[in-house]
Amino acid sequence: MNFRLKIWRQRSAEDRGRMAEYPVKDVSPDMSFLEMLDVLNEDLTQKGEEPLAFEHDCREGICGACSLMINGIAHGPERAATACQLHMRHFKDGDTLTVEPWRAKAFPVLRDLVVDRSALDRIVQAGGFISVNTGSAPEANGLLISKETSEKAMEAAACIGCGACVASCKNASAMLFTAAKVSHLALLPQGQPERAARVKKMIARMDEEGFGNCTNQYECEAVCPKEISVSFIARMNREYLKAQST
Amino acid sequence: MCKEFLGSSVGRKAVVGVTGFILFGFVVVHTLGNLQIFLGRDPLNAYAYKLQSLPWLLWPARVFLLAVLLVHLWISLWLAVENRRARPTPYVFKDTVQATLASRTMVMTGLIILLFIVYHLLHFTFGATNPEFFHLTDAKGRHDVYAMVVLSYRNYWISGTYLLAMFFLCLHLSHGVSSIPQSLGWNDERWDPLFKWAGRAAALVIFMGNSSMPLAAVVGILK
Repeated sequence: MNFRLKIWRQRSAEDRGRMAEYPVKDVSPDMSFLEMLDVLNEDLTQKGEEPLAFEHDCREGICGACSLMINGIAHGPERAATACQLHMRHFKDGDTLTVEPWRAKAFPVLRDLVVDRSALDRIVQAGGFISVNTGSAPEANGLLISKETSEKAMEAAACIGCGACVASCKNASAMLFTAAKVSHLALLPQGQPERAARVKKMIARMDEEGFGNCTNQYECEAVCPKEISVSFIARMNREYLKAQST
Repeated sequence: MCKEFLGSSVGRKAVVGVTGFILFGFVVVHTLGNLQIFLGRDPLNAYAYKLQSLPWLLWPARVFLLAVLLVHLWISLWLAVENRRARPTPYVFKDTVQATLASRTMVMTGLIILLFIVYHLLHFTFGATNPEFFHLTDAKGRHDVYAMVVLSYRNYWISGTYLLAMFFLCLHLSHGVSSIPQSLGWNDERWDPLFKWAGRAAALVIFMGNSSMPLAAVVGILK
């Protein structure tokens, strides 16, 4: 397969950046999107040009490193998949593909398609943890948690922190991410002691980082590779309003 | 606490939800009151006379609604400005997956409704735009609201303006009403489809109710 790529190139955080066009030839339909970019980089290196910088790590859809806006959709057109798990067979031969970095004030571009997502880490640092005494592992059956509750908490905990929710949100809001982090701890007994303080601190941090506000358009849910439901945003709102009223 | 609450994204969303709910409640009551026009001249004029003769109820209600409207407007615009600033560099290729047209145009439809409210008040409350229909009285000497409305709506420009405004109101409510339970944290996966469709249905019913009046005047059902 052959493609025409329109890609954001930016030398450094200070560089203004611009869109550049590259042809990519002889791409196998079984390649992942990142493997296709590897082919492009081989080609650029051989020509003596600067290869494209993009983030990747596990290439198995579980680490949350890849962060590509492909034709205006975070992680590309396939639902419930990261860009590394998106295969070229989902595109048509000869397609023009526009690849951009995540765009948000809170995610400054460092180089080409690489953005700084440490704002998400700082939200977690603000309260996305539980305080327990270290020591030997507790007895596994010491805390009983219903199947229903543990499943629900796991659905939220599935968040890999890739930032696609922020990238796809018209308002660059991090509410789905923060809601997932708030919810999985609020659902479990281990998260109870800091429950009210946690939601307040995490939301305060999220707002400080310069993310936008949710307008209930649910683009985040549509692109989330882990299919995290926006009902967790309602849960976070509920947690916050309860925490404020007590 | 108030400062922290209003400073937070979730707190302000909740304020928009509560004020939106109150304004929606007013729209429902206002629509039901107006629909009495189909009962005839006497019931409508009697209803209007009754409202006017209760100034201790009417004026606090007006002040309260105006305050709610201003808070709704102020907080929404504050959020909207922040939202614009949250993405200083736009995407070159723009696309959406499931965001509805209504959800993407809330600020615009809201501001159009604001302009309409100003016109609507000048038209029917202050009698500034069409004074010729405003000073009529019926056989019992009451303000002839029925004649004012029907004569106004016979003008295609006026009824067209009302119909268009109701279309924008419908669009605004279809997203707004469905969003209230989400912003106030009542929503969950089980209830989400119900809230979504209930909001849209409510918006459509309001649209049909309100646009039935200018349409009935134009086609001559209301004389």
